[in-house]
Amino acid sequence: MSATEQRTAALKVEDLEVAYDVRGVLRPVLRGVSFEIQPGEAYGLVGESGCGKSTTAFAAVRYLPGNGHITGGRTLIGGDDVTAMGDEALRELRASRISMVYQDPGQSLNPTIKVGRQVAEAFAVLGASKDEARERAVEALRRVRIADAERVMERYPYQLSGGMQQRAVIAMALACDPQLLILDEPTTGLDATVEAEVLDLVATLRDETGAAILLIAHNLGVVRRTCDRVGVMYAGRIVEEGIAGEVFDDPQHPYTVGLLRCLPRRGAAKSERRLDTIPGSLPLIGTPLPACVFEDRCTLATAECRTVLPTAAHPRPDRTVFCHHLDRVGELVAAPVTAAVGEVAPGDVVLQLEDVSKTFRQGGHEVRALVGVDLELRAGETLGLVGESGSGKTTLAKAILGIHAADQGGVIRLDRETLAGLTTQRPADARRAIQIIFQNPDSALNRSKTVRSILSRALSKLAGLTGQAAEDRLEKIRDEVVLSPRHLDLKPRQLSGGLKQRVAIGNAFAGDPRIVVCDEPTSALDVSVQAAILNLLADLQRDEQASYIVISHDLGVVRYLSDRIAVLYLGRLMEVGDAATVFAGPHHPYTEALLSAVPSVDGDPPARIRLEGEVPSAIDVPSGCVFHTRCPRAIEGTCEASEPPLVEVETGHMMRCHIPIDELRRLQGSDAD
Amino acid sequence: MSAVDPTVLEPEPLKDAGAAADRRSARRERLRLLVRNPSAIIGGAILIFWIICAVFGDVIAPYSPFATDFDGHLPPGGTHILGTDQLGRDVLSRVIIGARDVLIAAPICATIGVGLGTLIGLLMGYYRGWLDDGLGRIIEAFLALPVPLVALLTLAALGSSTTTVVLTVGIFFTPIVARTVRAAVLAERENDYVQAAKLRGENGLYIMFREILPNITGPIVVEFTVRIGYAVFTIAFLSFLGVGIQPPTPDWGLMVSEEYALIIGGYWWVTVFPALAIASLVIAVNLVADALQEVNER
Ligand SMILES: Nc1ncnc2c1ncn2[C@@H]1O[C@H](COP(=O)(O)OP(=O)(O)OP(=O)(O)O)[C@@H](O)[C@H]1O
Ligand code: SF4
Ligand code: SF4
Ligand SMILES: [Mg+2]
Repeated sequence: MSATEQRTAALKVEDLEVAYDVRGVLRPVLRGVSFEIQPGEAYGLVGESGCGKSTTAFAAVRYLPGNGHITGGRTLIGGDDVTAMGDEALRELRASRISMVYQDPGQSLNPTIKVGRQVAEAFAVLGASKDEARERAVEALRRVRIADAERVMERYPYQLSGGMQQRAVIAMALACDPQLLILDEPTTGLDATVEAEVLDLVATLRDETGAAILLIAHNLGVVRRTCDRVGVMYAGRIVEEGIAGEVFDDPQHPYTVGLLRCLPRRGAAKSERRLDTIPGSLPLIGTPLPACVFEDRCTLATAECRTVLPTAAHPRPDRTVFCHHLDRVGELVAAPVTAAVGEVAPGDVVLQLEDVSKTFRQGGHEVRALVGVDLELRAGETLGLVGESGSGKTTLAKAILGIHAADQGGVIRLDRETLAGLTTQRPADARRAIQIIFQNPDSALNRSKTVRSILSRALSKLAGLTGQAAEDRLEKIRDEVVLSPRHLDLKPRQLSGGLKQRVAIGNAFAGDPRIVVCDEPTSALDVSVQAAILNLLADLQRDEQASYIVISHDLGVVRYLSDRIAVLYLGRLMEVGDAATVFAGPHHPYTEALLSAVPSVDGDPPARIRLEGEVPSAIDVPSGCVFHTRCPRAIEGTCEASEPPLVEVETGHMMRCHIPIDELRRLQGSDAD
Repeated sequence: MSAVDPTVLEPEPLKDAGAAADRRSARRERLRLLVRNPSAIIGGAILIFWIICAVFGDVIAPYSPFATDFDGHLPPGGTHILGTDQLGRDVLSRVIIGARDVLIAAPICATIGVGLGTLIGLLMGYYRGWLDDGLGRIIEAFLALPVPLVALLTLAALGSSTTTVVLTVGIFFTPIVARTVRAAVLAERENDYVQAAKLRGENGLYIMFREILPNITGPIVVEFTVRIGYAVFTIAFLSFLGVGIQPPTPDWGLMVSEEYALIIGGYWWVTVFPALAIASLVIAVNLVADALQEVNER
């Protein structure tokens, strides 16, 4: 940063300390955070949930909740001390020089007011006249790449997709031409392809406006793609800081090393290795901490770490790390991965889908959410389902579970027996054979019951166990999902996210299921917790010979768990094959685009494919190959005219595309060069 | 489990030990909030006052509410703090004893209304479809009726007794409660635990009563309190119209109706004190209901 050293930082945070008043007691959450963002620079903050990322962002602009207090340090925006500012100056600063975008665009938009008026309002408060504000709103929407700005102005927020809403919010945030744009989890909850678009937009806007960006994200790939530098936070301190790519490729702080080792990266698969976890968890708010905040969970910790505050060290150029034992971090990096404990050889076919379709009726239209799906699942095998939102993943899973009945004509067979459409019409055996682990344990566990009563009920209904037999089995399940006995008498809200998900998993496994659907099983969890849950799922599968159907937008997770992958687009299977084959390629053009859209912590391929536009409506499906409207490799004259069949292009590798596999191999090989 | 990841064995701690303890006492916390809430304090105090009157009325009341051995229309003051009525009965004693019937009748009305309403609301919200449509239409029609008039006609037809009054008022509350409960069930059934229960093979009754009901007690309790307030008022109103509780029972509504025409003659105390009693009880119950709702929504 030597060239920019002389410039005034867009945001400078110095030794910032923040505490929250919890029932009269000040509980420190930030313990001296310092960092700087230069004009035009993008800075990322990462770390487990609860480490203080959002508090930092709020404190930087003095926008803390009522019980938050800045207890030390200061923040400067463009050289002006925000912490010492009067109310008037602060209002002025917030109105004209900084903007914030939050995770949920729904929260930033008023559902009852047309988008146009809301965006125009952002200009009106800056003093524009009514007409002028409107004009500039249209312009602003164009700037965030909303093609049909005039028409979008007339819509209500709910009439826009999540990605469009987030763009409108960004357009509002840019109204004042901010010097500093703070984005708090701006793409969480968006689809990978939409996320990629929003991130590209942020990058372009940064180039255009020269605004500095503070980006908070729990997804390290997002930070790597968007940010120049990154700060890794732990328990209210930044423990490591440096250039994003370098930090993720060559971490130097024990915490950063641990965090990165939790991730299923670089094509890790359950058959090869277990994931590392970071034992323990983030300290609780208000607990007194040792000098090095990471001491409790650090395997390198010594007596010194408890008492002496680590000072900034610079083991690499452009890198700051706070740790006493930098010389030993290499041990952690080089530590061998834990090998997988035996592999499951897939057994007989348990589940067979033939020509399964699902049509919803909506306002007189037919919505074909699933069209002619043929699939097989073997015992002990994991099938990963991937595709954008609206591609039919959940619809397919629900049809298998019998939550809704598939259309007449298709067949779902369990052990060669044809299953009735709805779970209520299926025999008890079939019902208990197919269970689900939901995405959000808060919703999946009844909050008025204790863990014990939740699990006991599952045992009595699914396994038919009562009395002593049930108690014994309850103990066994508790042990299998690694819960401690005292957890049994707690209610879900008293458990952390990871523990809740363990209860949900125990619940699904109560009746010895043959098939377990995992719908985004870890997307509500932190990476270290995610690693533990993925290990648990792999263990249970090995011990119980269960088959999994895994739905996740995190391709690392899908790849880690899956033996086979099915790619869905607009309710149709586009590609099916072994996980290794599907990820290695040659890929179906849609899979190729999907893989390239997902921001990876390992960095992006040199030539990234940008998938433009949104998934077409399932009411009005494109002609020919349904993907042709967005396919970068579409062959004019062929693809819009006829729909290619799903054919086996190599052994065990099915694809639906007009381009022959060898041609795809050639095309994709040459792009990579 | 045959082989366990040693790093996983380390049990994750509770989400937040301090906070977990707080949550364990979430109910206590709510009670604390309630105790701090000014409307709860005022409403609660008035309510407790009337409950004491209802329970210990015989001891507290200076005279028998039926004794007519005093001069008629003695003004307030002296040995008759609130005066006497036309027949020479002590107004204070009648107001104190009058709390008893109303404090028994009103909760029973509310219980009937909330009980039936919850049942119907659960059925509508859980099964939806034609059941919801059908019952929904009946409820809409019911709510469009001029309730006091219909209640009046019903009681006139059935004959007034305390039982018929209580039943009628309770049944008239049912549709409103059903609508509230239905809305709560609709929101609650979106949770995945309902789906999980179905996949486990639970029947509708179990899901409605054992899974959903415990999670919607908040709005039901609020509804119950609000209904008590309405019941007090409605019972008094029906008595006033002469189709409610029958003389010589010392009922507040009845007392108002018996002599309200004599206010012009200057005998205001016979009417005003029972009227104030009605008003204070209705307001007290509503204050408590408001406070409950506020605490619930936090
Ligand atoms: N109950 C419903 N009524 C009408 N349309 C529906 C219904 N459920 C799903 N759809 C439609 O079916 C299609 C597939 O939806 P589905 O939820 O299966 O997608 P998904 O891939 O699971 O998406 P996500 O990743 O967001 O969960 C979409 O077009 C969706 O709008
Ligand atoms: S200072 Fe000590 S405890 Fe802290 S990260 Fe370094 S080695 Fe671990
Ligand atoms: S058939 Fe054509 S449009 Fe469809 S995926 Fe292949 S190349 Fe693209
Ligand atoms: Mg879905």
